[in-house]
Amino acid sequence: MEQKEGCVGPARGPIIEGEPEEEKSKKEGISMKVKVGQPAIDFEANAYVPGEDFKTVKLSDYKGQWIVLCFYPGDFTFV
Amino acid sequence: MKELGVEVLAISTDSHFIHKVWQEQELSKMVEGGVPFPLLSDPGGRIGQVYGVYDERAGVDIRGRFIIDPDFVVKAVEILTPEVGRNPEELLRQIKALQHTRNTGEVTPSGWQPGEKTLKPGPALVGKVWEIWKPQV
Repeated sequence: MEQKEGCVGPARGPIIEGEPEEEKSKKEGISMKVKVGQPAIDFEANAYVPGEDFKTVKLSDYKGQWIVLCFYPGDFTFV
Repeated sequence: MKELGVEVLAISTDSHFIHKVWQEQELSKMVEGGVPFPLLSDPGGRIGQVYGVYDERAGVDIRGRFIIDPDFVVKAVEILTPEVGRNPEELLRQIKALQHTRNTGEVTPSGWQPGEKTLKPGPALVGKVWEIWKPQV
């Protein structure tokens, strides 16, 4: 989904199948950890995509490909 | 990565605006043209929480790396403390091993590198692994 310039539409964050929005927010904070051998948990996030600027992306947009998802502590840090 | 058909996604608690400035101000000076992959934003660490990598005291996502196969199944996880950087060579090795096992049904022994011997699991191999493969210690 393309965003208007300057627009900061909040992205949905984790998307847990089959649960209404309210239930999901109640469950936030409960650890729903991803496990090896189990399906990845889908999510929606705002992103900076080189060459395309700002977009909202879902992990499941990349389904069918190999994905390497890398969390890191912060921009402009040292390692 | 591209030639292996792998999509890389980086994600931190920084906003997508910060990501853009980081790419322009710093990353583009480290890597020619900047990094080629999307930088995702996880405000409040909500995504990091479900992936088990959000550090509540520091308010950041620590260094967690997940390899997800084309069926959307998590195949490998590595989580490191913020002070220690990752090893891209080991990541590549794991991707090549995962792709090999997916394509051939063979399995890769400890320390396997692309091109080396793999194992074909089956009744004939039970108790006979030593005949074809020994660990390098």
